[in-house]
Amino acid sequence: MRYSIVSILGQALRGNRDWKPVWREPTPKAAYDAIIVGGGGHGLATAYYLAKNHNLTNIAVVEKSHLGSGNVGRNTTIIRSNYLLPGNTPFYEHSLKLWEGLEQDINYNAMVSQRGVLNLYHSDSQRDAYARRGNAMRLLGIDADLLDREGVRKLYPFLDFDNARFPIQGGLLQKRGGSVRHDAVAWGYARAADQRGVDLIQNCEVTGIRIDGGRVTGVDTTRGFIGAKKVGLACAGNSSRVAAMAGLKLPIESHVLQAFVSEGVKPLIPGVVTFGAGHFYISQSNKGGLVFGGGLDGYNSYAQRGNLPIVEDVAEEAMALMPMVGRLRVVRSWGGIMDMSMDGSPIIDKTPIDGLYLNAGWCYGGFKATPASGFCFAHTIARNEPHKLNAAYRLDRFRTGRLIDEKGAGAQPNLQ
Amino acid sequence: MRIPCPHCGVRDAQEFSYLGDACLQQRPILPAETPIDDAILDQWHAYVYLRDNPASDHRELWYHQGGCRQWLIVARNVRTHEINGPAVPASRMGRVP
Repeated sequence: MRYSIVSILGQALRGNRDWKPVWREPTPKAAYDAIIVGGGGHGLATAYYLAKNHNLTNIAVVEKSHLGSGNVGRNTTIIRSNYLLPGNTPFYEHSLKLWEGLEQDINYNAMVSQRGVLNLYHSDSQRDAYARRGNAMRLLGIDADLLDREGVRKLYPFLDFDNARFPIQGGLLQKRGGSVRHDAVAWGYARAADQRGVDLIQNCEVTGIRIDGGRVTGVDTTRGFIGAKKVGLACAGNSSRVAAMAGLKLPIESHVLQAFVSEGVKPLIPGVVTFGAGHFYISQSNKGGLVFGGGLDGYNSYAQRGNLPIVEDVAEEAMALMPMVGRLRVVRSWGGIMDMSMDGSPIIDKTPIDGLYLNAGWCYGGFKATPASGFCFAHTIARNEPHKLNAAYRLDRFRTGRLIDEKGAGAQPNLQ
Repeated sequence: MRIPCPHCGVRDAQEFSYLGDACLQQRPILPAETPIDDAILDQWHAYVYLRDNPASDHRELWYHQGGCRQWLIVARNVRTHEINGPAVPASRMGRVP
């Protein structure tokens, strides 16, 4: 069913009795042209773009739990394209453009809200670095505005401008950045892929990857063997475990990243603000809760829950940025398992095994990349070569020295 | 999370800083006369960047900067944060980073 004002009113008049399940629950076929491992945002987007852009419809997404049960439902929902390095900027800008047209494209309300992302700076050198990043963005036609202190004050009068240690000098604003309803992204892509004939197979954990003569032949799952000419891995958080089934060792460590939400309040924070003197960002969800997060716990973890030192650290940064949040209660906190790659940038590439493709290493920033990641991964799988937008996200870049160290924020390479 | 330090007793994890997988203590050998070939680059690539990244027991290096200032090897389950057995001084296990 196509969603529109007519369908909603029609259903309302009939007492909302005729809504059908949004996607099918198919039993797995014996074999597919391609299988995507991982039914999260990236996997579902990949399936959708494989069907839409490459006419591959004999494909399946296999997910060990329910669709969207991983990091696509655990992030802080921010979208932006304010990157500096050549390998990154066009990719994330393409993602932002896909976000802008996403709801019309998949006929699903994902609540894309371009309310602006503001990165604050607190020193002269940080201002210069932000000016450089803003200029790099503008050279590629991406919006970026360098605000001075008064410019920031107009947008966010409640920040602690005269903080004794980190006074706010200004900020770099990307007005087209914002937030998106994260679960709706998974559901919307799932529904759109299903409508194009993709089989979405839930509660089906991959337990092995079969390889014959250096070529993928399918996957063993908890629901039996499923044959496939091509297999794409999109299971960030667990990429190392799944890739190990194919004998691959990745430049990735899994770490836990925590996020928090406060009790709901009236509209308070107009956009997304990041604290430049630490690792902290905050925005307000459509329900009214303040959504915020900080850095990694700092050690390998698959636990999906974090420890208290980071909670304290994040709370301190919140108080340094906007002291009024001290009056609010935190109602939930949770953790997601990040693929931390060694340079802080993702991998979308072929692997040394024919027919096996890898989408991994998203570090802190997988959510905003969802559409472009699916778009590029679908291209890489269908054409057996990367799209120019993901050409730099190579698996072998650590071996060849072509790192993309946007922030130097990966796991720690063993340089001692 | 608390880490049982062999010198200081059980202490809060905040006193420690983390380095990573303790299997990565032996640098590839690189004698001065050897020309650098692909095999040596492969060894260094594996040493610097590649990780087993298991989802269960993990032997890892922690530095007790807020205590005895010694490098330790801790065996921790990365799903439950349970620490199995006392930490071992890293100096006994081989080269310390």
